[in-house]
Amino acid sequence: MTIAEERNDLSNEEGGHEHEHGGPRGIYLWLTSTDHKVIGKSYMYTALIFMLIAGAMAMLIRAQLTGPNNHIVSQQTYNELFTIHGSMMLYLFAGPFAFGGFANYILPLQIGAPDMAFPRLNALSYWLFVTGGITMLSGFFTSGGAAAFGWVSYAPLSSYSNAPGAGPDLWIVAIALTGFSGIFTAVNLITTAFYLRAPGLTMFRLPIFTWNMIVTGMLILIAFPILTAAMIMLYADRHFGAHFFTVSGGGSPVMWQNLFWFFGHPEVYILALPYFGIVSEVIPVFSRKPIFGYKGLVFATLAIAGLSTGVWAHHMFTTGTVLLPFFSALSLLIAVPTGVKVFTWIATMWGGDIEFKTPMLFVIGFLFTFVMGGVTGVMLAAPPIDFAVHDTYFVVAHFHQVLAGTAVFGGFSGFFYWYPKLTGRMYRESLGKLQFWMAFVGFSLTFFPQYLIGLRGMPRRVPVYLVSDHVTFLNQLSTVGAFLTGASFIVWLINMWISWKKPVAAGDNPWDGHTLEWATSSPPPHHNFVSLPPIRSARPLWDANHPEHADYKNQGHGSVPREREEQK
Amino acid sequence: MKVEYRIYMGIGIFVLLVTTVYFFWAKEYGGVTMLFGTAGLGIMPALYFGWWRKRMDPRPEDSETATLAESKGAIGAFPSNTIWPFVLGMGAFLSGLSLVFGEWTLVIGGALLIFAAASVTLESRRGGVI
Amino acid sequence: MSNFKSVRERRVGRKGLLLAFFAVVLSSCSSTFGGYRGATTQGQSEASLYQGFMITGIVVAGVTFLGLFYVLVRYRRRKGTNRIPSQRHSNLPVEVIYTVIPVLIVIGLFVFTVRSENKITQVSSNPNVSVDITAFQWGWRFTYSNGVSIVSQGANYPQLVLPANETTKVTLVSQDVVHGFYVPAFNFSRYALPGVTNYFDLTPTSTGTYVGRCSALCGLYHGEMLFSVRVVTPSQFQSWLTQQKAA
Ligand SMILES: [Cu+2]
Repeated sequence: MTIAEERNDLSNEEGGHEHEHGGPRGIYLWLTSTDHKVIGKSYMYTALIFMLIAGAMAMLIRAQLTGPNNHIVSQQTYNELFTIHGSMMLYLFAGPFAFGGFANYILPLQIGAPDMAFPRLNALSYWLFVTGGITMLSGFFTSGGAAAFGWVSYAPLSSYSNAPGAGPDLWIVAIALTGFSGIFTAVNLITTAFYLRAPGLTMFRLPIFTWNMIVTGMLILIAFPILTAAMIMLYADRHFGAHFFTVSGGGSPVMWQNLFWFFGHPEVYILALPYFGIVSEVIPVFSRKPIFGYKGLVFATLAIAGLSTGVWAHHMFTTGTVLLPFFSALSLLIAVPTGVKVFTWIATMWGGDIEFKTPMLFVIGFLFTFVMGGVTGVMLAAPPIDFAVHDTYFVVAHFHQVLAGTAVFGGFSGFFYWYPKLTGRMYRESLGKLQFWMAFVGFSLTFFPQYLIGLRGMPRRVPVYLVSDHVTFLNQLSTVGAFLTGASFIVWLINMWISWKKPVAAGDNPWDGHTLEWATSSPPPHHNFVSLPPIRSARPLWDANHPEHADYKNQGHGSVPREREEQK
Repeated sequence: MKVEYRIYMGIGIFVLLVTTVYFFWAKEYGGVTMLFGTAGLGIMPALYFGWWRKRMDPRPEDSETATLAESKGAIGAFPSNTIWPFVLGMGAFLSGLSLVFGEWTLVIGGALLIFAAASVTLESRRGGVI
Repeated sequence: MSNFKSVRERRVGRKGLLLAFFAVVLSSCSSTFGGYRGATTQGQSEASLYQGFMITGIVVAGVTFLGLFYVLVRYRRRKGTNRIPSQRHSNLPVEVIYTVIPVLIVIGLFVFTVRSENKITQVSSNPNVSVDITAFQWGWRFTYSNGVSIVSQGANYPQLVLPANETTKVTLVSQDVVHGFYVPAFNFSRYALPGVTNYFDLTPTSTGTYVGRCSALCGLYHGEMLFSVRVVTPSQFQSWLTQQKAA
């Protein structure tokens, strides 16, 4: 087995051929690398920077809400802040962090591949992502300010007459750029997982994370083209006099909502499934057990993908234009595969030997937050309950618990879990745990009061409220929680800084991992593997390290040579 | 290829079922169109994988007992460092900005796009599998 | 001896937990879990559905968390041990059970949902009162069938007056962007959409004044797009209406 490398013309100014040594470094590496590991890391750090920026906006929003009539920011600025906060968190952090960052780095390693299937396309999608982010942020520097119509951009509030200026157009362009970036990454992920697996690594031996990334990729390819199409229509309405969403021209504003949520609901799972995948990797490793009900988990993921295409209008119950029982039924039904996942995770830990390292703590934080958000999600699937709390802080609390909870707790679980692989260094366990507890307490303190705030009738996206709403104290609690969560990220930065300045070598397989990414060095060499263990189950490395407890023994594939096979 | 084919076909057929139910129950044609298109996004790739499944030699990665030695030849051609994806990205960026700031960025962006697309194509022609 | 004691303690602990758990569930049957009781018949229907969902939610989340905490405590790694647990990776009956039970729960919830939603979305063909509500940036216009019209003026919030125990049919439209007609105390909101006319019934059950607001982001002053709803007796309502007509 060989890995071919394209030759650069030696005479061109790029400096020609290079290998892992002597290759470009620093900024030039960042600009020119097609290595999935470099791109994956760039994706991750860029997404985390976007998260910190969007998180700072959240702090401003929470500061404004500490009193019923604060003037910390103006009303216009407030609208811009929550619009860009939501847009960045969803389009530029939660998604790209997972499918551009983790998946890019980990998926090829997990399947024993030397790189992604289309490395140059991979680099292009990173650059589209970065420029999309810059485009979105630059809205703040235009004279009219950034887009201020919410991340959902409901027509006709997003029309030219209601939202003039460059900010909204920059927002549209930013979404289009990141949309294409997502599509390219999805194509890359699916192709890689389908065509570059190591021999013996059948589909039903793939690590669950890889499975989840395949399904995420499928959902991206379903959802993102519709988003891009909707953006083009919106732009045409704004500038070319089209009437897709204007009543006076025979268009329909409700159509925007249909298009947007037909993208938007699969998007929710695009954001969640990768983190479910991370959780499904971390729990078995820190419980020293295989995942429980592997096939059931895979089918649950596929069921979520299928069902997620038929639930879009549960965001539109209060429009009075949708078939309530249909969307209510499918939305309730999607709780089943999601519940199955949670039970699967608990069953995996059952009887295990659970070690509470930082990644595992974050997983437990995720489970707690996600179940809370899931239960309130089931409530919102019932149209009558949605009528009562639609567009209130109840909904805000719900989707932050399911989305932000998943991306932050799931994401940091994965970050700490794979940090040794990414860098070859160990983070500081005590600081990791401190970060977890601050984030967990802070996060719960932020969002539990918001359920009550919503039940008392405070709408989302308002900078002021009434004293008679009796939500002032609850809002203050929520703000304290938000700042505590914010402070937890400072602990994370300190942890990173210490680990960078005073490195502690992590070793190739510090967690006794199960899957192939732990079978190579930390960080992995150019083109990833020098040798691979034989693959006879979903946990080839566990089999190699614990031959007496190997999975293939209970699966009837006979004996396997103990020694590692050298790659030719 | 069998599993790849089946998961895509499964999603496609499931969405087709949802489409049918929605068509007769909701009678709302925007949703029907989108669902039908989505079903196509499941079925089309499924047909591609199904077509290849019949014509492909059995692959070692689909065999439960394959050894590493069984994968013969090159895994693929992987490019080394190249600046062109970055240039291409900047071209797309500037072209996108022309939607906001007018045509002048399109001139630069379009030129970069064409130049980078040509260069990246030539680069991969020059390389090739070893 | 000490072993015996710890087992007993654990049992008491579990019993205590269970008791506390059921106490919460039972006591909350009469509670509205932070929501409004509902000042309309429609809103009351929502409130009881919400109660049902909440109790189901508490039970489901409670069972899940009990399971989770049990696993975390029981199967935590003890210091200095290094054991490899059983590598069992499936158990079909268990998997079937944890799939089927959620399906049954969901079907049950769906049945109650449909009942409640039919009650809430029902529009009567012969209402006692009809009001046309128009939402605009950033205010409301309430127009009664006899031509009386109340409209936002400057910073003055308009007031919608409704008779108690009578059914008012509301016709809701928007003049510009998407707005949301939302009365928290009625447990009800409905979007006002440009190009779409929405109809719904409100049957208030108790007199009083309630806050209403715009729920859908509609631009710069979205947060200040408030109104109030005053529910009065039918006779008071009639005299108010004629008085307004004269004015
Ligand atoms: Cu409004």
